[in-house]
Amino acid sequence: MYLALKNRLYHWLFRPRGAESGPVVLVQRRVFILPTRQGVLFAAVLVLMLTGSVNYNLSLGYVLTFLLGAMGINAILHTFRNLANLRLSPGRVRPVFAGEAAQFTVCIDNPGAARRYSIGLTRDKKEASFTDVPAQQTTLLGTAVPTVRRGLLSPGRLTLFTTFPLGLYYAWAYFEPAMQCVVYPRPAPPGLALPPASSSDGHGVESGQGQEDFSGLRQYHSGDSPRHIAWKAAARGQGLLTKQFSGRVDSELWLSWDLLPPRMDLEDKLSHLARWVLDAHAAGMSYGLKLPGKTLAIAGGNVQCERSLEALALFDSGRDPA
Amino acid sequence: MNDTTLSLRNTLWLFAALAMVAAPHVERLPWWITILAVILMLWRTYLGRHRLPLPRKWLLLLIVAGATAGIYLHYRTIFGRDAGVALLIVMLALKLMETKSRRDAILLFFLAYFLVITNFFYSQTIATALYMMICVWMITAGMIGLHYTQPAGYRNQLRTAALLLAQSAPLMLALFLLFPRVQGPLWGLPQDAYSGLTGLSDTMSPGSLSNLSLSDAVAFRVSFISAPPPPKQLYWRGPVLWDFDGRTWSAPRFFYGQPRFQTNGVPIEYEVTIEPHNKRWLFALELPARLPPRSRLTGDFQLISNTRVASRMRYGMVSYLNTQYGMNESRMALHRALQLPPGFNPRTIKLAQSLRRQFPDDHALMAEVLSMFRKEKFFYTTTPPLLGTNSVDEFLFDTRRGFCEHYASAFAVIMRAAGIPARIVTGYQGGEINPVGNYMIVRQADAHAWTEVWFPDTGWVRVDPTAAVSPLRVESGIAAAVPKTDPLPLMVRGDYPWLRQVRLNWDSIANSWNQWVLGYNPERQRNLMSRVGIDDATWRTLAVMLIVTTGLITLTFALLMLRRLKTVVRDPAQRAYYRFCAKLERENLRRDPVEGPLDYAARLSRLRPDLAAAVAAITRLYIALRYGRDAGTDALQDLERRIRQFRAKEPAT
Repeated sequence: MYLALKNRLYHWLFRPRGAESGPVVLVQRRVFILPTRQGVLFAAVLVLMLTGSVNYNLSLGYVLTFLLGAMGINAILHTFRNLANLRLSPGRVRPVFAGEAAQFTVCIDNPGAARRYSIGLTRDKKEASFTDVPAQQTTLLGTAVPTVRRGLLSPGRLTLFTTFPLGLYYAWAYFEPAMQCVVYPRPAPPGLALPPASSSDGHGVESGQGQEDFSGLRQYHSGDSPRHIAWKAAARGQGLLTKQFSGRVDSELWLSWDLLPPRMDLEDKLSHLARWVLDAHAAGMSYGLKLPGKTLAIAGGNVQCERSLEALALFDSGRDPA
Repeated sequence: MNDTTLSLRNTLWLFAALAMVAAPHVERLPWWITILAVILMLWRTYLGRHRLPLPRKWLLLLIVAGATAGIYLHYRTIFGRDAGVALLIVMLALKLMETKSRRDAILLFFLAYFLVITNFFYSQTIATALYMMICVWMITAGMIGLHYTQPAGYRNQLRTAALLLAQSAPLMLALFLLFPRVQGPLWGLPQDAYSGLTGLSDTMSPGSLSNLSLSDAVAFRVSFISAPPPPKQLYWRGPVLWDFDGRTWSAPRFFYGQPRFQTNGVPIEYEVTIEPHNKRWLFALELPARLPPRSRLTGDFQLISNTRVASRMRYGMVSYLNTQYGMNESRMALHRALQLPPGFNPRTIKLAQSLRRQFPDDHALMAEVLSMFRKEKFFYTTTPPLLGTNSVDEFLFDTRRGFCEHYASAFAVIMRAAGIPARIVTGYQGGEINPVGNYMIVRQADAHAWTEVWFPDTGWVRVDPTAAVSPLRVESGIAAAVPKTDPLPLMVRGDYPWLRQVRLNWDSIANSWNQWVLGYNPERQRNLMSRVGIDDATWRTLAVMLIVTTGLITLTFALLMLRRLKTVVRDPAQRAYYRFCAKLERENLRRDPVEGPLDYAARLSRLRPDLAAAVAAITRLYIALRYGRDAGTDALQDLERRIRQFRAKEPAT
């Protein structure tokens, strides 16, 4: 009964809205305010001062007590105003490996004419990060969330709060941004050998021509990819030159689920694959990824690395990377 | 989050605020407390600067124990006002030594506010109020500094604090005027609550009044409702002294009889605002004919308050200047008025006895003594020589230099020795009219002593022997009567007219301050309420008024402050366009936040063909102004005019 009532009160008061994607304006209905422990102490000091003033007939004691009391009331408005009417929107989230801390960034936009001081963002009410938001500017504020397992991570409900200027009141607003962090599997420890590359056309590994590391320029031959033409040099009037890259190009490196022992644990397999992807990427190789039900064609570069890791992160989670 | 460590900058701010608040206490504290506090502060600053660990707890406890013992030895108590303040300051200084988190600092700032109020125990002048206002500003700024998370600079800190305090002023005023006032004290005051106040005492010995004449402190202020009487009639009656031990006159513990007198002449009506002097006398012109509340009139016409005058007090009064009283004085009282200690002042007694033989008539004898004072070489001075055991003898026959207490005492002794009942009356004589505020200031320097002599046909008659020696004293005040070389308080001298003007202006301000700020009590509150039409305001009425006023003021501020939150639109064209959108929104044609002006215009002309032309013109102008180059002020005016004239209402079909 009590719990049900508490639950209803909670819902009526805080109106959990679920994740919100668009910009959220902290309208007055969304900002809550309560005195802090210091605020209660301040009130107690004021009562003491008032009693003293009455007892000793101190007119200036009354003046001081009432001035501080009025300031205590005024501080409600100041603290409230410091938070109200900010516009929040989800910021960018970088993928992380499991075990690292995910950084969720919130864009705080202050459309008003007054600077906002010491706005805090916290998720667990233990650790917070703070920033000021100058008038008519936008500031980014992040909160770190430790990750344990791969997959998609939502920050859940964040609390934006402030106690400025006097610390007598705590004003806060809840914000559940519709943002997710892709958490890659924790890579297996380094030192695993990459699977052997199979040559597709029988020429074996041909080093000296690849796509990864820039090694120099040569004359243009017809048939060279336009992406490799040194346009800057062409613009300087040096004629058409082609950029040359070193690295593996023609070998086919497949990082395949099937290469791993069948009895290996699923998460271990993914960790293993993640290590392979990282090693292959670090070596500047092109590679493909084969998972049950999903295959990424052979390619190289940052994009391939990110796509591969994302596929590993979301494997078997019932979701496809967007 | 609350336990962030305290930065050095905030620590120093805290020190500065505390030092400023504690500074006025220094003159009253034992010197070693000041030294201790300064050493502790410097030590803490040193530790903070070099990021050294704070001292161990046992060391601090040791210092606490030592300081408490020291305070006990100095004040013989650790309770009460003075010892309490000393203890509070020591504790504050020691608390600094273990302050490292923000929470500790907040507690100290609160205590600093409390320390402000302790200063008001000792002084509530305008200067104190201003200085303490600055202190409160510093404390508030220090508290704000604790809550910055990005450096904002001390200017910002001070400005925010000033804004907070200034915005609190209207609410403070409402609370001050309307908060239901209770007449203190709620419980017994500590013994030492009002020590160190100057004023008359219930004894008088040679030198006691001339010491008082060095003080320019105000004894009381009088505003006359009737015309003020001439200066030589201004005898403010205070303690009446009956008993003489050869050197010191003192008031009896018990007062004789009932005050009986016959009113005569025109009543003088006035209001007295008396400064606290921690005694029970109230002062009035001779003779008072009305009783202030909670007071009584003794048989010898002293006005006695039921409680000590521990705070400034106001009372209305009526006096009759020419009044006969004490015609049928009791024999016991007359007997007491003839007592002289045996063996003292033999030469004076001899003189009195020879006068008695010479003048059998009491009046003639008295006239002879006064003419002796007048004719022989007696001097009136604030710096009389010190006198020994037979003070009256030495004064009358050797030194002949004295202040009013010497003359009154000598005169009364001669009268008693000659068999005429006499007593000493102390009080104040004269007073200075302040034309600025149109009231009279009576200072401690106006303290005076005169005598009353009893004759069977006239009763008690006031005789002022000082007036015989120095008529100027009663006609023009003390500054005119004493030699120029005598020390006198600056405020009493008449040397510099401009200075006199300045101080009269200042005293007038101080008087208003006393009356309206310091003297705002339950009675004043009732008067104020009845002046705005609320008679017999109970605390309930006041509470309702207080809540309503407080609510209104807070609401006004809330509205003013929340207005600043509104999105600022700098571009006038955009502002006009938003007005245009608002007009359409009222017709349920709300612009989607992601909809551009052109898309919106297209949608509008589809939905409301009747508006199409006006919308197209407005949109074209807006786009030209907002995104085009140099559309010109004419275009803006055109846009604003079109939007003003724009009617989105659907035409009646």
